[in-house]
Amino acid sequence: MTAQKEKMLLKMEDVSKAYSGVPALKNVRLELARGEVHALMGENGAGKSTLMKILSGIVQRDSGNIFLEGEPVEIKSPKAALDLGISMIHQELNPVRAMTVAENIFLGKEPCYGFTGVVNRRKQRELTQKLFREMDVAIDPDKTMAKLSVAEMQLVEIMKAVSYRSRIIIMDEPTSAITGREVARLFEIIRGLKAKGIAIIYISHKMDEIFRISDTITVLRDGQYIETRPAKELDHDTLVKLMVGRKISEMFPKREATAQPEVIFEADGLTQQGVFENISFKVKKGEVFGIAGLMGAGRSEVMETVFGLRQADAGTVKIYGREVRIKSAADAIRHRVALITEDRQLKGLNLKASVRDNISLVSLKQFSRFGQFLQFKKENEAADAEIEKLRIKTRGRSQIVRTLSGGNQQKVVLAKWLLAEPEIIILDEPTRGIDIGAKAEIYKIIAQLTAQGKTVIMISSELEEILGMCDRVIVLYHGKITAEFERAEFNQENIIKAAMGNWAN
Amino acid sequence: METRTTNWRSAGAFFSKYGIYFAFVILSGTLAIYSPAFRSLPNIKNILEQISVNGIMAIGMTLVIITAGIDLSVGSVLALSAVVGTSFAQVNDQGTQEHTVLVPIAMGLLVGLGCGAINGILIAKRRLAPFIVTLGMMTVARGFALVYTKGRPVINLSDVYDTIGGTSLGGIPLPAIIFFVVLLLGIFILHYTRFGRYVYAVGGNELAAKVSGVNTDRILIGVYALTGALAGVAGIVESSRVMSGPPAAGQGYELDAIAAVVIGGTSLSGGVGSIAGTLVGVLIIGVMSNGLDLLNVPSYWQPIAKGLIIICAVLLDKKSKN
Repeated sequence: MTAQKEKMLLKMEDVSKAYSGVPALKNVRLELARGEVHALMGENGAGKSTLMKILSGIVQRDSGNIFLEGEPVEIKSPKAALDLGISMIHQELNPVRAMTVAENIFLGKEPCYGFTGVVNRRKQRELTQKLFREMDVAIDPDKTMAKLSVAEMQLVEIMKAVSYRSRIIIMDEPTSAITGREVARLFEIIRGLKAKGIAIIYISHKMDEIFRISDTITVLRDGQYIETRPAKELDHDTLVKLMVGRKISEMFPKREATAQPEVIFEADGLTQQGVFENISFKVKKGEVFGIAGLMGAGRSEVMETVFGLRQADAGTVKIYGREVRIKSAADAIRHRVALITEDRQLKGLNLKASVRDNISLVSLKQFSRFGQFLQFKKENEAADAEIEKLRIKTRGRSQIVRTLSGGNQQKVVLAKWLLAEPEIIILDEPTRGIDIGAKAEIYKIIAQLTAQGKTVIMISSELEEILGMCDRVIVLYHGKITAEFERAEFNQENIIKAAMGNWAN
Repeated sequence: METRTTNWRSAGAFFSKYGIYFAFVILSGTLAIYSPAFRSLPNIKNILEQISVNGIMAIGMTLVIITAGIDLSVGSVLALSAVVGTSFAQVNDQGTQEHTVLVPIAMGLLVGLGCGAINGILIAKRRLAPFIVTLGMMTVARGFALVYTKGRPVINLSDVYDTIGGTSLGGIPLPAIIFFVVLLLGIFILHYTRFGRYVYAVGGNELAAKVSGVNTDRILIGVYALTGALAGVAGIVESSRVMSGPPAAGQGYELDAIAAVVIGGTSLSGGVGSIAGTLVGVLIIGVMSNGLDLLNVPSYWQPIAKGLIIICAVLLDKKSKN
């Protein structure tokens, strides 16, 4: 018993968590040994970040147990996590930029002269220097944080975690903003932490790094625990298979080949400095054109540019072969383009308004005499027709949208845009956060649209969705197109590889 | 038991939703019972005249607050419009006026519209916070009113100008009729036009409105310009009632307008509200201060009563939303 207690530093058992009824984690487990680097793998939405938020006290689990060195623990707040020796290095670093390195490290636990509350700055600097020497870090403790590089800031964050006597350090995508040399430096530091018996939970989408640094790998998928294995026993392809998992289910409607030879949309060399670069692709009338990639790859930004919500630094857009200048959403609507945004609550809906007022918003001019005076009868009829066509579950057109379920809210956004009779419909993560039933219905609507000769451009992080619905797909990685696949050459591994930037083609 | 709780709950919800209307009825009813002076016809006319200036400004303020904004400058804009307008309504040494009465009215309106448009442009195009922009306009417009008049009220106004504030049509004071027209116009614009629908859309979710092709800048500029113009109207009415253009007019009026809107259930976070609610808010403030006067409550107590009513109204509003 004691031996076992000694062996496992952390044990999470049967951990479940749901956000407003939507399960994010279902009976997940994780075991962490002292001094190991444990990679947590899974697609977007697999539940990695929820699990880590529970461990670092940001959210509370609904059920399950957490044992630290065999003792059951409750982690009620980030402060409680720190006290238990659990630190998290977030992807986005938030140091106090105006303070020095030493001040940041001792923030909230400054060494003082006796009980005076006056900070002993000399001691603070000495302690920092001692810590840095031990961990072989060469940063001046008196430098202002704002003057450090991202990699240096990250090291300071890690040192801060060490200074808390952390037993577990969680690193979320630690290499997303640093260069190859800095990655090597980070890995040295990680090895140093291991030598001190500190365990690292490492989250990254970069496969090569995972195999370079990790000892053990746990895979999550759809909020469920899949497998834990020593890294040595896994290879790249096996790992991808574990992450993607099951076969494509019967969620997707059978689609006839609806693509016509005519090119309806063409982007040529679209560039926005530092966001995306040289994006060129052609979309045929009647097809479902997929844009795959990880979050943050620049997919939404490209389509927001096409729709006039952002301005490109270079590049052109052609619709029906004619170059168009789209400077605002109104311009895009005039060219019969619709954008169903990724975040429906932020950019898609007026939650405080009724179903009708939301549905008619884009097409309101149609329901106004002399362009200004509302014709309620026409508007009501149109709203009712859309409610019925898309089978929106509502008590009526005057129900406030906030009170609808996620799936029905998404249908309201769709209804709003379909009422405007667009030719090109851009869907950004159209099924995020909605239940399976509503998902299947949305796929059916997409199939109907293309059958009517409309063109759909779909951004999705869900591979299944891309594979199940698209005729063609391009993959973005760090703002660049890394691959383009025809339906015949679709396969999950290739898309994942391209999305992670290692598709040599 | 079960049904009884439900009944109570739905009764509570009903009361919360229409509570402010009940409050008004109870307030007026009580005053009418205890004070014969209150229910007399001259006093009712008096109340109607007293609320008209605040009412006219509160209509504009309703639109501004539905866009999730605020306009602190209306009181000062009222003063600037009043002094500029009245300066065109003065009689010369021979006792004749130099312009027709339409000139001071047009000038007052234009000044208000201009100030409002500047507010709107800074808020929409420069993305400045409405609170800051209109706070600035509040002092700037007050300053211009003082500069323009060298700090002295504009006096010696023509008799025709006096008719705006001093006449009655069919027994109803003209200021009240002007308020009534503005009220109907407000209801029409907000609830029956595309512009009005966009006002709600911008206040409910500006980003979503923009993505839906709404020219949100134009809506915001329009709303602030309209509110400025209505402050101009209020300035004309006010200066005509007192037969002078005092540069110190309208101080603190912005807070009365905001209070009326908030009491009327329009949410400061935007996207929700109605002109009908604002009307009740204006009436409650007007009836209350009139009633407290008649009951010989020392005037120092009035702001306390007003403040408590505002806080209660917001509490009620919050409860109805949960």
